[in-house]
Amino acid sequence: MTTTTTLPAVDMGPDDIPFNKHQRDWRKIGIICLFCLIPIALLVVFTYLPFFQMCGYSFFKMKYIGTPKYVGLKNYTDIFTRPDLLATLKLSVYYMVGAIIQVALALYLATILAFKVRGGAFFKGAMFFPYLINGIAIGFIFKFFYTRGYVLDSVLQWCGFSLDNLPYWLRDQSVNNWSLVASSVWRYLGQTMILFIGAIMSIDGSLYEAAEIDGANKWQQFKHIILPGIQTILVLNIILAITGSLSAFEAPYVITSGANGTGTFFVQMDKIAHSDQKVGLASAMAVVLLVIILICALLQKIVMNFLFRDADDGTAKARKHAHKVEKARRKAMKRQNKVAVGRTSLFKNGNSLKAVES
Amino acid sequence: MTAAATTLNNINNEKKEPLMQEVEKVSPLYHVRRGVLVFLKYLSLVFITFCILLPLVSCVWTAAKTDAEYKTGNVMAMPSNWFNFSNYVDAFKLSNMAVAFRNSFIVLVCVCFMTTIIGTQLAYVLSRFQFPGNAVIRGAFTLAALLPGIAMQVAVYKIMGSLGMINSLWGYIIMSMGTDVISIYIFIQYFENLPISLDEAAMIDGASYFTIYGRILLPLLKPAIVTALILKGVGIYNEYYAANLYLQDKQKLGTVAISLYAFTGPQGSKYNLICAGVIVTLLPALILFLIFQKQIYNGVAAGAVKE
Repeated sequence: MTTTTTLPAVDMGPDDIPFNKHQRDWRKIGIICLFCLIPIALLVVFTYLPFFQMCGYSFFKMKYIGTPKYVGLKNYTDIFTRPDLLATLKLSVYYMVGAIIQVALALYLATILAFKVRGGAFFKGAMFFPYLINGIAIGFIFKFFYTRGYVLDSVLQWCGFSLDNLPYWLRDQSVNNWSLVASSVWRYLGQTMILFIGAIMSIDGSLYEAAEIDGANKWQQFKHIILPGIQTILVLNIILAITGSLSAFEAPYVITSGANGTGTFFVQMDKIAHSDQKVGLASAMAVVLLVIILICALLQKIVMNFLFRDADDGTAKARKHAHKVEKARRKAMKRQNKVAVGRTSLFKNGNSLKAVES
Repeated sequence: MTAAATTLNNINNEKKEPLMQEVEKVSPLYHVRRGVLVFLKYLSLVFITFCILLPLVSCVWTAAKTDAEYKTGNVMAMPSNWFNFSNYVDAFKLSNMAVAFRNSFIVLVCVCFMTTIIGTQLAYVLSRFQFPGNAVIRGAFTLAALLPGIAMQVAVYKIMGSLGMINSLWGYIIMSMGTDVISIYIFIQYFENLPISLDEAAMIDGASYFTIYGRILLPLLKPAIVTALILKGVGIYNEYYAANLYLQDKQKLGTVAISLYAFTGPQGSKYNLICAGVIVTLLPALILFLIFQKQIYNGVAAGAVKE
């Protein structure tokens, strides 16, 4: 025992080092507790405690101050029966379409900018920069941009449109949601593009050369090399886009404050919680959306598993096959062994086994 | 060409000829097509970049206009004096930005410092020790990343109220520290790539766990820390929802992101002033972006992989 403590073997893990196991155990517990204490306390206080409280609040009619009154499921039935709230959920369709355009556009730009392009760094930088601007500034920028007769209208007039035919971009209910979606795409396009560029860069470059030699054109290269190479991140982004559009908040909150039928679910929830102080109803709305988002996350897992089952199947099949072969081999060996046992004395058994194997 | 040679050629070129012909036929067209494609590629890039930059650049020239210029001329007309900084000065004063920049700086430094410390510590423990609860803690953080922050504020507001942290810069700082999941993920990933033999060697030399974390692993973690800091820094500098909710005394406690709220109300249509304010707030981001472009791209890519 003493020799092992003084001579720790090289190939042992930290848990296998004897002094690690005995004398240092209390130190290990100490360091674990010390280092976990603050992060977990913060996580509990600002994430899980509010989460469970919120679930509780959703069954009450209450304000921030005053005594809550239990109302059962009334808040939930309100969400699905109040037409103004139900309409807000429909708005997420706009954002979903926007998100899909955003992913497609980002993919197009990424396939160009991942390779050598003149001025590539400038294009990349210009497209990414909006992501670094704070929400309120974006609100002002687009209020200015869309104001009647201002930037957008002027540019469109140069292109030959007359001002009388142009709608009020933020007031006209037939276009204002699209205006907001456009601003959201404007903001996040660069970020999505950078993600795709990262994924495309990680594809082995020699594949393109090989494809070029085989005479594949750019579209074929895109379809057969890039697309499979970034499949994971693409699926991830599409699913994120769906969850993101359900919880769309920033664009309408900072640009129109939810006026003229642009209030999405979260904008409405914010108003109900902080202006109207209907905490119970707002909590119920938050819980409903959380459940939807969790379902989406679950679907994401399932879709991912489904899409990438082929890759897994390969190894799984190989493993199964190897297992089978191994089993058959053992069986055969056993049979041989039995015969061998019958023929030779016991202590020669090992030798005969080796002979069978070779 | 003699007849003999042609027949010989014919025999030889039976297979070659169609290919040769094709190459000769296609190549001029191929170049034209390629040229058109390259042109379209650059056209699309320039067009999209124009669309992206237009809202921003129009702010730049509007910010240089005097009140009279702004009121009478077209929005797209260029200012007479590009170096008219009076709007910037006015905007800076009106929205109390000196205080806002100071507050943002305090918040940024404190939150970045604290999240780096507690994030790396947690990641160290989670990646280096097997203990009951390890998987539970990881799961709890993953799940927390799924919960949308804005929805949670309904209940967090009440907790902040009962802790007396509303309208206090420190309360806001502590709250901002708590919701950091992405950087913990970046740290865990990085720790798992550092060989465990480093720990063992130090342990044999008699180093305590704390020394191993602080002296050996933390310096090696620098690239991951830079990435996480950039992500967190951008997030904190631009955060406005919680700041607006919890820092209600905007004159004294406002951060840069919410200092622009000063322009709502009576100043709401003086866009030359507002544009100047907007540009002031995004200037620090622009400068940092130009310096740390590569790290920012890496950070953004790393932050999203986990989600």
